[in-house]
Amino acid sequence: MTRWKSDRFAGWGRTAPALARAARPERQAELDAAFASAREFGATLPRGNGRSYGDAAQVTDGALILGTRLDRFISFDATTNLLVAEPGVTFGDILTAFLPRGLAAPVSPGTMYATLGGALAADAHGKNHDRAGSFGAHVEWIDLLIANGETLRCSRDQNADLFRATIGGMGLTGFVRRLALRLASASPFVRVKESRIDDLDEFFEEFAASRDSATFTVGWVDALAKGGRLGRGIFETAEYAPDAAQRPPGLRAPKPIPFDLPGFALSAPIVRGFNELYWRRVPEAGRDGIRALDRFLYPLDSLADWNRLYGKRGFHQFQAVVPDGTARDAVRDMLEKIAATGNASFLAVLKTLGGEGHGLLSFPMRGVTLALDIPNVAGADELLSSLEFVARDAGGRIYLAKDSHQSAATFRATYPRLAEFESVLAEFDPEKRFESDLSRRLGIRGRPA
Amino acid sequence: MIWVVIGASSTIAREFARQAAMQGAGILLAGRDRDDLATNAADIATRANVPVRVEHFDLADASEHIALLHAAQSFANGAEINLFLAAGTMPAQTEIDADPGLAAATIVTNYTGAVLLLQRFAPVFEAQKSGTIIALGSVAGDRGRLKNYVYGSAKAGLHAYLQGLRARLVRTGAHVVTLKPGFVDTAMTWGLPGLFLVASPAAIARAALTAAAKKRDIVYAPFFWWGIMTIIKNIPERIFKKLNI
Ligand SMILES: Cc1cc2nc3c(=O)[nH]c(=O)nc-3n(C[C@H](O)[C@H](O)[C@H](O)COP(=O)(O)OP(=O)(O)OC[C@H]3O[C@@H](n4cnc5c(N)ncnc54)[C@H](O)[C@@H]3O)c2cc1C
Repeated sequence: MTRWKSDRFAGWGRTAPALARAARPERQAELDAAFASAREFGATLPRGNGRSYGDAAQVTDGALILGTRLDRFISFDATTNLLVAEPGVTFGDILTAFLPRGLAAPVSPGTMYATLGGALAADAHGKNHDRAGSFGAHVEWIDLLIANGETLRCSRDQNADLFRATIGGMGLTGFVRRLALRLASASPFVRVKESRIDDLDEFFEEFAASRDSATFTVGWVDALAKGGRLGRGIFETAEYAPDAAQRPPGLRAPKPIPFDLPGFALSAPIVRGFNELYWRRVPEAGRDGIRALDRFLYPLDSLADWNRLYGKRGFHQFQAVVPDGTARDAVRDMLEKIAATGNASFLAVLKTLGGEGHGLLSFPMRGVTLALDIPNVAGADELLSSLEFVARDAGGRIYLAKDSHQSAATFRATYPRLAEFESVLAEFDPEKRFESDLSRRLGIRGRPA
Repeated sequence: MIWVVIGASSTIAREFARQAAMQGAGILLAGRDRDDLATNAADIATRANVPVRVEHFDLADASEHIALLHAAQSFANGAEINLFLAAGTMPAQTEIDADPGLAAATIVTNYTGAVLLLQRFAPVFEAQKSGTIIALGSVAGDRGRLKNYVYGSAKAGLHAYLQGLRARLVRTGAHVVTLKPGFVDTAMTWGLPGLFLVASPAAIARAALTAAAKKRDIVYAPFFWWGIMTIIKNIPERIFKKLNI
């Protein structure tokens, strides 16, 4: 009795929408029914809130099963801070329900609209990766609906191979129907220190000085600045400010962008001007201030549907990590290539990561990560490829939750635990029921399409 | 106070129960899917520090109505009882046309069952001289249409019943809200063609709580459906009967 909806589904970057069918179970029993019914449509894939940028959450001509309406908390143990929840719970839901009790998700991506299922599948990292690790590190167990229709409890002790494959596994091992996440202490406000950074070297010095001690660190880079100003930006560190006024940070309704913007809105001069203003906003001597936690963690969420800024053709998001040893040269190289094309992008994000994740396809490694939007205009392909090669040659890798472009060869060369991942899939999903446009493009379990 | 939430597995009811619990009300979830309701109860208990209980209940089985009434009274334990009625089904008109049994079932869940249940509960509201009943009607009940007329006629009957019940209870201090949602993004409408201005279940739940707090009588949710339905109601029948809606 599952009702399937035919529609186009895209990633947040909207570059390559896919025609597919989707079911959206509202109860656990409906999930099993939808999964059984999906068999007649071929490939199946879980999907959350569609906040991954590329083609990770879509499967052309296949069947998507949306987890967004399986959105309930199931239990919370105040002595261990262990929260059991359905996968459609979002980071915003956790903030609303738990911040008044002094708790928050231990690791949070840059949007509160991401679901827990999506964050687990991406093994998402936050602005505290150096010290907290990625999302999967805080997940105690999951209940996973696998290809044969059974549900298995997976943890570090139980079905450990499936557990490691599912963390960061981009939905390819099965549907996470429940998960247990350990929350961390938090307070509604953070004290944010911002400083102006004049060039890339200064950024690396700041990161080195605070990555092991600050709770949160993040850098915003003006990706259009060149020459002596290459790598200029704003560096932020933040600490919880438990003494700040105790106002629960009521989530403000985001202001919508009602239509796709015309192309010129993102032309180089406009973006250049915006980046300049953003940089000058922080006084030369730096500044200190109190900010609500949600505004700090989710700055982009105050504009709903901001992806429409990029117009109908959409945009790519490029995010790579490169190891500490090669980071300085590789990041410089990437920024030079971006600035040279002038392919306008708002602020790029620079962060440090602390180490490998638990998952077989986890993205993080100890090093530096650069993330930026690249509008889908002429020349974008060449730029993305050249950035991909810099990352690969520097011993880095590209984040699957953002990727829409890398080659299968680069992917295979840069994810060392891929073979192990593929053998777990071969064991638990011999018929290849789970697939995505991303897995097809990257040739996971077979030649790329 | 407590809210008895009927048809509690629907997403509108799920959101309503969450929001009412966040305002401090105890919640009694009544419906047929006990496992699912247990999950909703756990969700509410995790969010809000209020009493929550699950009762198995089938609106179509009138013999269960009295049991629910007793369960509500024991759960309320003297606190004010309020009632949110969201049970209902909306099979496609073509399916109903092919199966008379389905027409009967549609009338029972959307009309007869609701009336019999509210008749049972009315004396409770008269006796406590306060409290609110919110019943989900539908814009489909404002005018019979080709695509949805059995469901629409059941809702139209419910609307008329609620008007009378409102008049009966207002004399005692209790209140009845007729909530008429337009298209809502639920399992009921998922994948149906031709929908527009679709609202989220959370928005409908918010509108319901606001209507109760302000003692509104008949509320369209979102509000602009009032305008849409005013136009639709005013199309002459000789034209309307030919429309493919
Ligand atoms: C503004 C913005 C900022 C971001 N910032 C960060 C950041 O700082 N750090 C970071 O790591 N990421 C970041 N992201 C990326 C985001 O965290 C991930 O893409 C995340 O996966 C999105 O979750 P979602 O619910 O939207 O999942 P979707 O995009 O819908 O799906 C993502 C993947 O999860 C899988 N999946 C979804 N639900 C399930 C389930 N129940 N079971 C199994 N698999 C499932 C899908 O198959 C897919 O492969 C950001 C994204 C945006 C838009």
